[in-house]
Amino acid sequence: MAQRRTAGKPKVAVFKFASCDGCQLSLLDAEESLLDVAGAIDIAFFPEASRRMLRGPYDVGIVEGSITTPHDVEHIRAIRKSCGALITIGACATAGGIQALRNWKDIRNFVHIVYASPEYISTLDRSLPVGSFVHVDFELRGCPINKYQLIEVINAFINKRKPNIRTYSVCMECKMKGNECVMVAHGEPCLGPVTQAGCGAICPSFNRGCYGCFGPMESPNTPALSTKLNELGESKHDIKLAFRTFNAYADAFRKESESHE
Amino acid sequence: MNEPFRLSTEDLQHIVMSLQQKGYEVIGPRNSDGVIVYDRIHSTDDLPAGFVDEQAPGMYRLAKNGGTQFFGYTLPPQSWKRFLYLPRRELIAFDKDGKSFGVSHQKDEAKPYAFIGARPCELKAISIQDRVFSSGDYLDDGYLSARRRNFIIAVNCSHAGENCFCTSFGTGPEAESGFDIALTEIVNEEKHFFVAGAGSDSGKSLIEEIGPARAVEGDVDAAHEVIRKTSDAITKSLDIAGLPKLLSDNSDHPHWDDVAKRCLTCGNCTMVCPTCFCSTVEDATDLSGKTAKRTRIWDSCFTMDFARVSGGNFRISAKSRYRQWLTHKLSSWVEQFGVSGCVGCGRCITWCPVGIDLTAEVGAIKGGVAKQENGGS
Repeated sequence: MAQRRTAGKPKVAVFKFASCDGCQLSLLDAEESLLDVAGAIDIAFFPEASRRMLRGPYDVGIVEGSITTPHDVEHIRAIRKSCGALITIGACATAGGIQALRNWKDIRNFVHIVYASPEYISTLDRSLPVGSFVHVDFELRGCPINKYQLIEVINAFINKRKPNIRTYSVCMECKMKGNECVMVAHGEPCLGPVTQAGCGAICPSFNRGCYGCFGPMESPNTPALSTKLNELGESKHDIKLAFRTFNAYADAFRKESESHE
Repeated sequence: MNEPFRLSTEDLQHIVMSLQQKGYEVIGPRNSDGVIVYDRIHSTDDLPAGFVDEQAPGMYRLAKNGGTQFFGYTLPPQSWKRFLYLPRRELIAFDKDGKSFGVSHQKDEAKPYAFIGARPCELKAISIQDRVFSSGDYLDDGYLSARRRNFIIAVNCSHAGENCFCTSFGTGPEAESGFDIALTEIVNEEKHFFVAGAGSDSGKSLIEEIGPARAVEGDVDAAHEVIRKTSDAITKSLDIAGLPKLLSDNSDHPHWDDVAKRCLTCGNCTMVCPTCFCSTVEDATDLSGKTAKRTRIWDSCFTMDFARVSGGNFRISAKSRYRQWLTHKLSSWVEQFGVSGCVGCGRCITWCPVGIDLTAEVGAIKGGVAKQENGGS
């Protein structure tokens, strides 16, 4: 890894696959930390931010987006080879994203409806996370990711320590913050108990139930939560849709939504 | 109780003002978005007059009943724990400067807090945490410093919640110790006042400073009547006789699997529990790597990291984590600290999103054992 370094700073590259760009923009949105981040790393390849595009190899590759085409598969394999550490960011890269909703349908039908000349379209039948194709060193969750968590992960890689990213429920964040429970106190359906913390419990802080943007927590008991959602008046169809959003294809959420079909 | 006084609602306001003038941050109950929370209060106008709560396993609703009672609710979701034992507290800071290395320990930063409205079960919980944080070799100086400067006005319970079972532990509904002043709120058609008694010298001098009226004949009886009625209204119970042994003898009981099917392992029960004290310690550097901080953060025996050690995780299943929590609370806590870790407040029952009720779970284990002993299947 040492020979990749320039001027002692780790060479970092940011890559994008099928995604909205929101997660990589979190890096530019780092505001008060941006200059520190830019000072600590050598941003060698980040087309969204700079025309300067140095060739690899890189010390750290940050990848946004899901893998949806045969070309993506080749590209991510090449990236893996050129990066010392590979960090995937966001629900697309870690779970297949909202576009993974197509995984339950026949992609050929969409292609025929949408494109005038479907024969030019080369696509995989499913939208999958990066980790389905190559080894990933760290997956940072969220739709979008939390910029402070991104800085923490970069910081941890630079300083060779474990990132302080907790994988427990959103409830832990709510209670530490002093939020009351929207489900118990107001009967609001909430995915917080089965969703990984990290967003800062944004929705419950505004009296809304959690939408599960950070995907399944470390030991999600989704059937038990579905029983509760049902008691709160949610239909099987509602429960299926609740689990089928940005992290629809994350294992625990996928299985739970399929059990309500 | 020492010599009883009769405090008017104006007297209570004078107490709040006096505590503020003495430099206390006064914390009390208030209505926040349909839930009672303990928060900073500026005057008795902030108290949740006329609000009553309804609680059931996994359910809480707050409603205004049109009355004037300040303390007519039972218990809010979170206890006083978050003021004494902060969810996050920086412990140590490290500075690297060339070849030298500096370490600075966090000093007492806690504000002096005056609590208004602590319930008897909560006083017991505070006394349990006092024991946890002040005994043995490991003292929590942040907690202890907050407690040293802590002033507590207890309010005896006038309503029993569906999940209250303090009477099983003898921790309520009347405060016996652990307060500076204890109040019983009396509201009837003509009057709204408090029967008050001091529990400490500083409580006594504050009452003297305010100079309320002496309690008149019948006031103390009225206060006893409020407490008796509350006690009679408590329907939930936990048979604590032989409980530590029952649980430690039944670590393989099939009922643990039944609970595990329902348990979300979300950690809510431990967060709202007024005695749960587990924490983790997190080290973080700044980007340059020149400074680092060590922070203590609330943790829970329901999280995976909690039992992750070199070589693996010794409590992966939900069953093992729920069992750890319940048996520690009701069984091994007694060996460790000489008291039960449960005070019967029922918060873990109300605020469990799926309404797991520890009294029912213990009952199921006990029932299963009794059945076997009677030769049943």
